[in-house]
Amino acid sequence: MSTSQPLSQEEETAPAQPAAPASPNAVDVENLDFYYGDYHALHGVNLQIPAHKVTAFIGPSGCGKSTLLRCFNRMNDLVPESHIKHGSIKVHGTDINGPNVDPIELRKRVGMVFQKSNPFPKSIYENVVYGLRIQGRNKRAELDEIVERSLRAAALWDEVKDRLHESGVGLSGGQQQRLCIARAIAVEPEIILMDEPCSALDPIATSKVEELIFDLKKSYTIIIVTHNMQQAGRCSDLTAFFYLGRLIEIDRTEKIFTNPTQKQTEDYITGRFG
Amino acid sequence: MSHPFEQQLARIRETLLLMSTLTDRSLTLAVRAVVERDNQLADLVEASDTEIDQLEVAVDDLVVTYMATHGPIARDSRLMLIASKISSNLERIADQATKIARRARDLNQEPQLTEVENIPEMASLMKEMLHDAITSFVEARYELAQTVIPRDKEVDELNRRISRKLIKLMIEAPENVTRAFNLITVAKAIERAADHVQNIAEEVFYLYSGQDIRHEGKISLG
Repeated sequence: MSTSQPLSQEEETAPAQPAAPASPNAVDVENLDFYYGDYHALHGVNLQIPAHKVTAFIGPSGCGKSTLLRCFNRMNDLVPESHIKHGSIKVHGTDINGPNVDPIELRKRVGMVFQKSNPFPKSIYENVVYGLRIQGRNKRAELDEIVERSLRAAALWDEVKDRLHESGVGLSGGQQQRLCIARAIAVEPEIILMDEPCSALDPIATSKVEELIFDLKKSYTIIIVTHNMQQAGRCSDLTAFFYLGRLIEIDRTEKIFTNPTQKQTEDYITGRFG
Repeated sequence: MSHPFEQQLARIRETLLLMSTLTDRSLTLAVRAVVERDNQLADLVEASDTEIDQLEVAVDDLVVTYMATHGPIARDSRLMLIASKISSNLERIADQATKIARRARDLNQEPQLTEVENIPEMASLMKEMLHDAITSFVEARYELAQTVIPRDKEVDELNRRISRKLIKLMIEAPENVTRAFNLITVAKAIERAADHVQNIAEEVFYLYSGQDIRHEGKISLG
């Protein structure tokens, strides 16, 4: 049973999107049915994700939260036989599965950070500018400026500014993950998807990434998948609970973690199943 | 077999239950000490007060340990808050029982006033409230907890009635002042105990419904 409902924007609004029809939400999901071959992974999901908020997806393994996350930048296109049978996903009002949408262009607008940090075997500098070079942007002054801005935004600049041309894989796990976040934001996406970004990090590195998430929401919409209930409670404005491919409940994080509406949600977050 | 975290939650509940059983027993003995003029019963009440105090400390220990090690969420987080509050209210009820027991010793040194016959009715009303509040906690019945709350007013009214009678008695015959005053103190202690039971009922209601019904309205702290 999906119980999603429109969520208020409060005082903050989405940045203007000249090319797309106006929408108050960063993402609108309508009646989404998603399949891996014959396997029905998402059932009639309806969901609105407001801009400039952190939305956490929680639920037991296999509940569909990562599948939905990967729908938002069409990463599932890379999975053979996966397909959307019904429904639509709009990013700032644009149907991302429409005929004229280029998935590569979409992924510039909707960046992603993965569970395991995956810096390229290149220098810190080249990691950050990787997406820009693919776009053909090679002007040194512009790249220098973006590298500094992105590393500052990822709270990594002070730690690496004197060794920008050393290998990115030589950084600690927490630094590597923040480098990946810097790489994601260098291309100035509208939305950043994070799939368990702290699951391989120690508590101090986790705390830095969580602090970063809090800062980044001023400029970006963030959607994070996490198995860590405390992290969802600490970092997010909204929390959505998924179970067996269905959205069970979405509400303000404070409400979900103090007095959720659905019993299944309460049983899951209190550790009674899942 | 239940999960270890559920066993720890059960231990908090069981400790509260033990505390409420001892508190209920103290109230019963304290009122009997007054009505039956039995100083030995008063001694038993005072002796068990220490054990109830220790259980209050034990509940807080269990709560802090559980919060530090399990990071409770939703209903479990409310249980942490109200377990500590319930134990504190039970300890205060037990203090009122001790107060009644001490007044019983004083009262037992003088001839009994006939007005003492009003005390058992008041005490039994308050003890029914306590019984229902604890039952609502054990059986997760917030509707039952809600029925306890208005009954506090009945206890208040009985207290007012008894106090009026006793004050009249003191005015009429000054030799009654000491024992009438002691009996007023007993009635007041029962009334205070009922206030604490009302608090427990409100806490149980909050635990199971998620709604805070204490006082009126809320202020926003941003």
